[in-house]
Parts: sequence; C-alpha cells; structure tokens
Amino acid sequence: MPEAQMVGSSLEVRRPLLEVRHLVKRFPVGGLFGKKQLHAVTDVSFTLDRGEVVALVGESGSGKSTTARLIVRLYEPTSGEIIFDGKDILKTEPRKASLSFRGRVQMIFQDPFGSLSPNHSIGFQLERPIRIHKRARGEAAVRAKVYELLETAGLNPPEEMARKYPFELSGGQRQRVAIARALAVEPEIILADEPVSMLDVSIRMGVLNLMHRLKEERGIGFLYITHDLASARYLADRTLVMYAGHVVEAGESVDLMDNPQHPYTQLLLSAVPNPRAGLRTREVQARGEIPSLINPPPGCPFAPRCPRVMPQCRHTMPEVAQVGPDHWLRCHLFPPG
Amino acid sequence: MDDRSTPLIDIRNLYVEYLTNRGPVRAVENVSFAVKSGEVFGLAGESACGKSTIAHAILRVLRPPAVITGGRILYKGVDVLGLERTSPEEYRNKVLGGVTRKGIGSSAELIERYRWAEVSMVFQSAMNSLNPVVKIVHQITDVLMRHLDIDRAEARRRAEELMEIVNIDKRRLEAYPHQLSGGMRQRIVIAIALALRPSLMIMDEPTTALDVVVQKDILQQIDQLKREYGFSILFITHDLSLMVEFSDRIAIMYAGEIVELAPANEILNNPLHPYTKGLLASFPSITGERVKMSGIPGAPPNLLNPPAGCRFRERCAEWTGVDIPRSPQLQEVIPDHFAACECKYGRADHA
Ligand SMILES: Nc1ncnc2c1ncn2[C@@H]1O[C@H](COP(=O)(O)OP(=O)(O)O)[C@@H](O)[C@H]1O
Ligand SMILES: Nc1ncnc2c1ncn2[C@@H]1O[C@H](COP(=O)(O)OP(=O)(O)O)[C@@H](O)[C@H]1O
Ligand SMILES: [Mg+2]
Ligand SMILES: [Mg+2]
Repeated sequence: MPEAQMVGSSLEVRRPLLEVRHLVKRFPVGGLFGKKQLHAVTDVSFTLDRGEVVALVGESGSGKSTTARLIVRLYEPTSGEIIFDGKDILKTEPRKASLSFRGRVQMIFQDPFGSLSPNHSIGFQLERPIRIHKRARGEAAVRAKVYELLETAGLNPPEEMARKYPFELSGGQRQRVAIARALAVEPEIILADEPVSMLDVSIRMGVLNLMHRLKEERGIGFLYITHDLASARYLADRTLVMYAGHVVEAGESVDLMDNPQHPYTQLLLSAVPNPRAGLRTREVQARGEIPSLINPPPGCPFAPRCPRVMPQCRHTMPEVAQVGPDHWLRCHLFPPG
Repeated sequence: MDDRSTPLIDIRNLYVEYLTNRGPVRAVENVSFAVKSGEVFGLAGESACGKSTIAHAILRVLRPPAVITGGRILYKGVDVLGLERTSPEEYRNKVLGGVTRKGIGSSAELIERYRWAEVSMVFQSAMNSLNPVVKIVHQITDVLMRHLDIDRAEARRRAEELMEIVNIDKRRLEAYPHQLSGGMRQRIVIAIALALRPSLMIMDEPTTALDVVVQKDILQQIDQLKREYGFSILFITHDLSLMVEFSDRIAIMYAGEIVELAPANEILNNPLHPYTKGLLASFPSITGERVKMSGIPGAPPNLLNPPAGCRFRERCAEWTGVDIPRSPQLQEVIPDHFAACECKYGRADHA
C-alpha cells in the first residue's frame, strides 16, 4: 500500500484531488517557556477525491477539527504534506492558502449562528465570495447567481430569502446559507465540520441529503466531520476513525461499521444507541476517557483502555495494515503483511 | 408493574406560559401523563417543545416570567402545585406513609423536602453547574446536612458511599470540579440527585454533552441503580434512539403538546402520529441496509403565535386537507397507545 493511502484504492492511476500525508500538529502549551506540547494530530494520512464523501469520526478532542483547519490553513501544520491537485501546497503556498486554493476548497463550521455576520443580509453575504472569486460579473449576473445558490440550498423563495437577516432564519436555514456561501465559489471540495450537530434532529436529514445531492450532481468532494457514527454511515463512502489524534481504522463506511476490527472502533460502535439491540444486550467493554494529549507516552494511545492490550502496545505505535479490499487499521493485533 | 396502582406522579391538563414582552409563549399546552412506580418514562421532542418546562413545573422551580395557567400535578395523591396549602398531616399520610419526619413543619420546609427527598432532578448541562470553588465533598455533604439530621462525619461517610455508588474513587471527593472530566462531573451530579433516595428522578438531557462511550456507561449505571433502589425516572432527551433504548413508555412532544404516548417498542415499531414517524425517519441506523431518510421538512412553529388547530399541520406528510379547528386530542387508538391526530383517527368527544 502506498504509504499515504490509509484510505483509497491503491490501484487507481489517477491521483485523488486531495492527499494528506503524515499530517502532524502540536500546540505548545503551558508555562512561560512552553516546553510542553499538545499532540492534537499525529501522522494522519488520507485521500479525498471529487464526488466522494469521507467521514472523520471520533469523540470530542480526537483531532477532527484540527485536521480540517490544517487543510484550509487556519493552523500551520507542524509537519506533513497536503497534496492538492498534484502540488504540495505547504511548499508552493508556504505562507497562506492562495485565492485559487480557497476557491477550490471551502470549509463549513458547526455553529450556524456564529458563522454568519448578523449585520448583513443573506444576499449580501452570498454576493461577497462571488465577487471576490469572480464567479460572475455585473450586477444582474451576481444577483442571478445568488438566487440560484439559494434555490440549490433549498432556501425558497430565493428573492425573499436574499433580503432576510440571519436572526430571521431558523438554525437549519442558517446552515443552508452557510452551505450556499461555500458553494458560491464553486469549490471542488468542502470540509464540513459537524455541520448538523447543532441543528434540531428533524432538520438534520435535510442538510445531509443536500450534501449528498451536491456530491452526486456536482461531483463535490466532502470531508464530513462528525461524532455521530450513524450519520457517517448514512452519508459517507468511506469513514476514518480518529482517536487521540491518530487515525486508528479506516475503510468503506458500511463495511467498517458492520465489521469493525480495531478495539476502539468496536467500543465506539457498541456505545451508539441502537434501539433494536436494547440497552443491556451489549455491555460497554472499556471505561475511561481519551488520555491527555500533552507529551503523551509512546505506543498506541488506546492501550491504557484497550481490553486486548499486549506488551508491545505500550511502547510502539503499530504500522498500518490492510485487512480488506478497502479496510485499514493500526493495531498490533493486525501486523502488516 | 401493576397498571392499576395509583401512579407515582400524575400530570393532568398542564398549561404553562412564559409572559414575555412580545406576548405569552405557550410553552406547555394541555399536557397529561403519569409515571408509575419503578418506571422509566421518556419525554422526547425537539428543542423548545417544552420538555424542560414540564420538568421544572413538576419540581416546583418555575420562576417568572413562567406561569402555570392550568392543570394539576399529583404526587402520591398530593397536589404538588398546592403544597403551600397542604397540611403536614396530609403530607405525612400520603407521601411518607404515616411516618413522622423532621422538617415538614412549615410549607416552605415541605416544598423543600418534596423537592429533594421525593423528586430530584439532574438539570440540563448540570455538570457545568457544580460550584467551581467548592470541593466535591462539600457540595455533597451540604445537601445531605441540609435535609437530614446528621453530623458532618456521618455526612462524609454517606458522601463516600455515594461516590462508590456512581463508581468514582472516593479520594476524588477532595477534588474541585475543574479537576474532573465531564463524565465524572455528571456522575457526581447524579450522586447528589440520589443523595436523599428520591422516588422520582428527573433527568433532563443527562448525557447530551457527553461522548457516546461515556453516555452508555452512565446510562447503564443509572439503569442498575434504578433496579437496585426502585426509583422512577422521567427521562428527557431529543435523541429518540437513546430514548427508545432506555425507556419503558414514551411521550412524544411537539410544540408544547404531547402528540403520541405509548410503550417504547410501540413507538419504535408502530408509530401512529406523522410527527413520530418523521422523527424516526431522522435517525439513520447504525446497522442494516442503508436507506434514504427524509427527516421532516420545515421547522417547528413559533410558540409566541402557534397556529390554531394542529400545530404540526404545515410540516405533515399525511395531512388530509381537513381543517381541525381545535388542537387534536390524545386518544387511545389501540390499547395503551395514544395519538393526537384527528385527520387519521377522528375525534373522541364522548370521553
Ligand atoms: N488552538 C489550539 N491550541 C491548543 N490546543 C488546541 C487548539 N485547538 C485544538 N486544540 C486541542 O487539540 C485537541 C484536538 O482538538 P479538536 O481538533 O478540536 O478535536 P475534535 O474536533 O475531534 O473535537 C484537543 O485536545 C484540543 O483541546
Ligand atoms: N425564561 C423564558 N422566557 C421566555 N420563554 C421561555 C423561557 N424559557 C423557555 N421559554 C420558551 O418556552 C418554550 C419551551 O422551552 P423548554 O421547556 O426549555 O423546551 P425544551 O426543554 O423542550 O427544549 C420554548 O419556546 C422557549 O423558547
Ligand atoms: Mg471539533
Ligand atoms: Mg430543555
């Protein structure tokens, strides 16, 4: 397996649009001399292509948001490569992301309230990126494009929605505006960080289905970040499971969730409410919480909680092993080769 | 469970409004349900449908601008909303089974005793409400000593016992809240709610802010404690999968009203109200075939000015076009299974 491809068919000749390789982010923390480091993301590799949804799942603090923020350069990576359209953008755009990159990769945030400016109409907030990225020229063309975006995002009637202000919209409508705004620049990839977590349950599916439609009809690739495994299984072609900054298991979503191999993935899945299984049918097999990420000990981060821990787990991080056509994991129970 | 026994708590035709300067918010409208002894009763619904308001009414902690504009709440036959007018004798006979206890001399004492020793509550995001500058041990012993005639040493011993019950090392009693994880803090809040051995525990979204592994662990523990001590639970959440897994019976709320009430397996396998069906279609499954789910179009109405008649009508996939001028009433469509949908099940006015 090519080392970078934790997820992705190694047989493909054409390279995927986005390739993340050995991404690392450490935040200096504590003390005047800041000697301690918080290992937020450690050796994360994956690929994301056009027309594909890849889910990044894991408990809070596992490094999901940091991963997305590294890709759009809200944070500078400590090390690693971000290959976009064949170029290592950390080398070609060393200081910050170029306008062209920002026009091709967009991010949507969890909070539909905080991510829109309260002082401007929805129409104005959609016009801005269209003008900056020159996706339409002339008053009439920009207007038409705004209406088209609103319609695409299911915000009807568009003329009326364009005149509204964020406070006049429901949470679900605001998240649709955030999606419309991301779409305004005609991106090829959208990184969506918990886009439905703060929405009421009955309107979440509408937003997820909208993302699915954009993937199908426009070939947009989505990185779907969530702590909700069921929605990842629903929406994503592939899923990556993160724990304490590491991707511990990855694969085709349904296969991964029906046949989880890593003890952490198994634990996580056994804890997801499943009314048909009942509360007592599957006991939780491990207690405890994510370990401290500040100067962590060597070895697998899950070792202290793992029901199947072995001596080597406590001093070396396992290598990536392939256990199925598109199913990878890092666990000493599955040595590579 | 004996269905014919008097329920532990009986909510009858409850109405609550918040008087805001933009007008009254009709948060709870004609809500009736009863929780039996030893039962886990679930109250499910989206945010702002009135779940917490009902809980606060039961606990007698509603404050202005909230006003209870109608209805009764009976706890072991005692009128909770009229506790001020309840005599200590009546309270002793009905609630305490004739046993004499200290601290029910005045109505204020009586309400305070009802609030902790009979009905306790784990508030929404309670784990963040522990006093940050007070050690855990004192947060627990304070509650114990306020209500029980015990000294500090005995209170401390009981605090240690409570820590054991919720599975936390008793040395953690010396910690301050910020030194503990969210899961531990939530367990401590549960320990405090258990401290006086109440008959009813209200849990308002007790695990919403926690990760699934911690959530499952805590719910299993609550389930075990419930079976050990025999208290009832009023369990509130917007997560229907969790609710179905954890509850015996469930009431589904929409915009201040209960629209369906049935045993948990009936809610899951035979939902009758279109809103319940829509909610179920909002939770993709973690197993089985991957099928397209629709959720529910639109958004809940503003309770400042709710539509007349059926509040769900404009989002309803099954609306027949018939105008229902008044709010649809809950009726027993099949035994023990109630739904408030007059388009489909007509109106039972003879009741
Ligand atoms: N700007 C920052 N400075 C210091 N630590 C951070 C920063 N951003 C995130 N972290 C830490 O990195 C870890 C991973 O966080 P995050 O990526 O937000 O996780 P997730 O999105 O999976 O919940 C957490 O321990 C978090 O506290
Ligand atoms: N203090 C208050 N003042 C005005 N309106 C309130 C207040 N508290 C709650 N409400 C309103 O009452 C309704 C029900 O709220 P709540 O009981 O908290 O719902 P839930 O717990 O189901 O989310 C909502 O419409 C909410 O906006
Ligand atoms: Mg995050
Ligand atoms: Mg609430």
